[in-house]
Amino acid sequence: MLGRISFDAWMPFIGVIVLIVAGSFFFPQILSAEYLTQQLQIAAFLGLLATGATIVILLGHIDLSVPWVLTGAAILSTALVGSGNPILSVLAVPAALLFGALIGVVNGIGVAILRIPSMVWTLAVNSMLLGVAVLNTGGFNPKGESSQLMVTMASGDLLGLPVSFLIWITISLALTYFLIRTPFGRYLRSIGFNEKATFLSGVSTPSVVFAAFSIAGMCSALGGVMLAGYANQAYQSMGDPFLLPTIAAVVIGGTSILGGRGGLFGTIGGALFITLLTSILSVMQIGDAWRNIIFGVIILVMLLFQTLRKGAAP
Amino acid sequence: MVRPRGKSHMLDYMRSNRREVIAGVVLIVLLATYIGTHPRGASTYVMTIWANQCLILGLAACAQFFAVVVRGIDLSVGAVMALTNCIGSYLLDGSAFGMAFGMVAVVAAGALCGLLNGLIIVFGRIQPIVVTLATASIFIGLALLLRPTPGGAVNYDLADGATLDVLGIPTALIITGLVVFAFWLPFRRTGLGLGLYALGSSEQAAFQSGIDTRFIRLAAFTLAGLFGGLAGLFYSFVTTTGDAGIAAGFTLNSIAAVVLGGVLLRGGVGTLVGALAGAFILKTIASLMFFSGIPSLAQPLFEGLILAIAIAIGGADVLRARNKLEVFA
Amino acid sequence: MHFGATKALDGVDFVCKAGEVHAVLGENGAGKSTLMKLIAGVIQPTQGRLRVDGKEASLNSPKTALKHGLVCMFQELSLVPDLTVRENLLLGAPGAGLGWLKGRGLDTAQSVLDRIDGADIKMSQRVADLTLPQRQQVEIAKAIMKKPRLLILDEATSALSASVVEKVFDLVREERDAGTAVLFISHRFHEIEALADRISVFRNGQCVATFAKGAHDYGEIIDMMVGQKIEELFPEKSPHRNEAEVVLDVRNFSWEGQVRDVSVTVRQGEIVGLGGLDGQGQGAFLMGLFGLLRKADGTTAISGQPGEIKSPKAAKHQDVALAYIPEDRKTEGLILDQSIEENLELAALGRSDLNAGDAGLYAGTLDQLALKHGGLHLPVSSLSGGNQQKVVLAKWLALKPRCLLLADPTRGIDVKTKTEIYAILRQLADQGTAILLLSTDYEELIQLCDETHVFFNGEIVASLSGDDLTPQNIIAATLNVSSEGRVNGATEGQVAHA
Repeated sequence: MLGRISFDAWMPFIGVIVLIVAGSFFFPQILSAEYLTQQLQIAAFLGLLATGATIVILLGHIDLSVPWVLTGAAILSTALVGSGNPILSVLAVPAALLFGALIGVVNGIGVAILRIPSMVWTLAVNSMLLGVAVLNTGGFNPKGESSQLMVTMASGDLLGLPVSFLIWITISLALTYFLIRTPFGRYLRSIGFNEKATFLSGVSTPSVVFAAFSIAGMCSALGGVMLAGYANQAYQSMGDPFLLPTIAAVVIGGTSILGGRGGLFGTIGGALFITLLTSILSVMQIGDAWRNIIFGVIILVMLLFQTLRKGAAP
Repeated sequence: MVRPRGKSHMLDYMRSNRREVIAGVVLIVLLATYIGTHPRGASTYVMTIWANQCLILGLAACAQFFAVVVRGIDLSVGAVMALTNCIGSYLLDGSAFGMAFGMVAVVAAGALCGLLNGLIIVFGRIQPIVVTLATASIFIGLALLLRPTPGGAVNYDLADGATLDVLGIPTALIITGLVVFAFWLPFRRTGLGLGLYALGSSEQAAFQSGIDTRFIRLAAFTLAGLFGGLAGLFYSFVTTTGDAGIAAGFTLNSIAAVVLGGVLLRGGVGTLVGALAGAFILKTIASLMFFSGIPSLAQPLFEGLILAIAIAIGGADVLRARNKLEVFA
Repeated sequence: MHFGATKALDGVDFVCKAGEVHAVLGENGAGKSTLMKLIAGVIQPTQGRLRVDGKEASLNSPKTALKHGLVCMFQELSLVPDLTVRENLLLGAPGAGLGWLKGRGLDTAQSVLDRIDGADIKMSQRVADLTLPQRQQVEIAKAIMKKPRLLILDEATSALSASVVEKVFDLVREERDAGTAVLFISHRFHEIEALADRISVFRNGQCVATFAKGAHDYGEIIDMMVGQKIEELFPEKSPHRNEAEVVLDVRNFSWEGQVRDVSVTVRQGEIVGLGGLDGQGQGAFLMGLFGLLRKADGTTAISGQPGEIKSPKAAKHQDVALAYIPEDRKTEGLILDQSIEENLELAALGRSDLNAGDAGLYAGTLDQLALKHGGLHLPVSSLSGGNQQKVVLAKWLALKPRCLLLADPTRGIDVKTKTEIYAILRQLADQGTAILLLSTDYEELIQLCDETHVFFNGEIVASLSGDDLTPQNIIAATLNVSSEGRVNGATEGQVAHA
């Protein structure tokens, strides 16, 4: 458990290397530092979302409210900055994070207390957030702008590496530490395998569920803030294209969708892999249609690899 | 020994299908409200438009039902609809024979998509949610290949025939009736139909009873694909164009619809009728919103709120559990 | 049928003839169920061959086995909970495929139900709504309906009352007389006596002996099954100390009509037993003490400190220090997918005063219980039932509980492990832990417990200790007749367990 990274978690990293090597045959510029660091920067956005999603999936649940928590956080933060009030500007990012945590609590209420399947409840929450946003912005692109901090988080550089990437990795490391050093990580997995037995072992399983969804909410919110910093504004439906790639990144990283098995390390690889794949397909100027097809096929191939490996082991 | 029939039979039936009964009642109430508030009232025109919208989602919900009843989920329902819709936009025009072939081809394409899902799930031993997530991408890609931009044509006479009315009754409702009475009720009594429930309810018990669980699962997802194809076909009739972009809304709505209709995500419980009822309820609420005078900007929020409240009410009886262990599956 | 397999079964040669009732005896973990699962096609042998009617057969699925006419009634019932009785029977009817279900055998099934007192079971009832005895009745009907050539009854009558069991046996005898081969698994000796023509005894995965009924007497057979004397099973009781400190004092505990005004006191050094038929409130009472019930009334005091225990987490806290060993170790006591190590640590993780990773917390208990394992990092599912229960115990004993609540801990466990568990329980009691033991085994209630309370309909109808603690008194209280009431053979058959 401690630092025991499964082979499945290494797979996406191997995939990344394969992609880079194969891609460089067609497009040598892929090997340039400029391109690669740009990939790291972009991967951070998906990566943050996937990191939060991993925590919830380890629990045996799923968070489908990612798109509109992301968008909502982006709208909130850019609105606060756009108000012109310097105090509100400073509060933009913390407020967005708080928003994410709050929605996490709402998710937790439905899942832990009302015992509604997480797929359904988070979907409903997503719907409601969409409704609030539409009401709020009148259906237009939300007015507002990003603060300097947000722009730096998304596009800045530090010691040659993108700030967004550093933030992502730092948060992943911090969460990993939290998962390993406290019982939280163990509780997550135990609940993912068998919530009843975990509860009977004297664990407050609702607390763990609340915490997990709050973390996921905050990660989604942070992702939204950074995306808003990247685009210098929030825009309608900015979150929608992220939901499925987020889940894909987690699953390719070796985390089981049923819960209990997996970890954050693999998710890092998964996010890098998907980002790189999407990027190379676009560099190759492959149209929308084939991009979708190749994307789907490659995910299936990675999953089949996982099954083959499991079949090989006794 | 005299076995009680009739009335207590009815009560037993209602008790074991109480979710569908509730869904049915809710639907009737909503429909009545809708007709009442609509400026044109209970006219064939209003009913036909309502029925058409309901049936599209209804068929998508049926597709989702087959995946959910075996304890799975199908995230490719919308994508199959998009793909079959685009295929239809090529084939559903021309000679009578050509159109007949086209209809069959569209539905068969859907079934094939479902079969692909099933094969990967059963033989690849991968969870349905992840497989269908990936195949959804593939199907949308194929749809985009066929129709990079919305277009194509569907023979107007054919489309009208499917989407208008017959002697004042919307054709869509007749189709719904056929699906329920000519397909579902008999199907429910076949080994395959019961096998679906057995697999979802307790795979272990099904296996020990000699049921071929692999085949049943394959069949379930193939049926899901088939109904996805039917949904795409009917969508073609309603819109007479092929559009690759329709997927996302239908997939997630189909999940909401089956849940509203009393189909449990853990499998083994719920009926096709429930799925249809759930879809009809969702669409009726949306239509109600439209005519209710609620500002259009607030409508999505209301829809989301109603969905959340309905689901929460469904879950709330868990709060009455006095033994804390009861809430764990 | 000749037969041989490894691991759970070791080099077993087994033959079953038509027109004969062949009983298979053996205690839990001896390999009986494994043998039945092999015949039923649920699992495949790793070595050896199977022959049906003298021809080699490969029973790779229950479907194939059914085609050969091999019908098995499993311990874990094969009924689908969400479907009705009728639908379950339809699925199991002979010739049922994927197409239209004709329900040819339903009349047979109904007449079987009528014969075994199951006429009150409605065809339209959901199986999930039936009681366990009713489900077993439906299973029997389902099995007979298939017109088996070989009928396997694996603990098929465990929840049925004595009179119903007698009627089932009549049916079985008819089947035998008509030429069906019958395999009958049980650990109730009197049932074997009544029904079997031939007996095989299994122990530790091997077939120890096969003989005609009457060839050996009860004592010899028990020796073959168990390999050790029953007297050694239970440790000596300690002398009763009336002045010992009261550790657990429960007054007027009530809940939802299922538990009514129950008061129990446990002193240091005492093992207190809770008996009674299933579902008379003793199980709920135990759960309530651990904080698993909402809206329960009554007061609980641990070592003199009154407290409200609202959840297992609160019960686990070092100031309260309660531990609960749940009834179902596979789904409630352990997380099968995780390693032995992870399972051991799960309860201790939440205690701030303990370092859950310290192997020393568990080593003592594991040594004392002689846990046999291939490595603590292996999944706990790799252990046998008895060893799994040892892990559950070690997990909780690491927290040094003041009071240990056990819900039927030795159910389905082999005799050797039972001895080890009894020994550690007595030792814990001597060291001052209060022990509350719910049991369905009379021997335990009598030989292990210092005092036993018998539940009926939510209330304690008898509190027996010392010389009063006799089988007759327990049985009488269980059935809620006065202690002078007659106890005849039928009722003893109903409630006694080997």
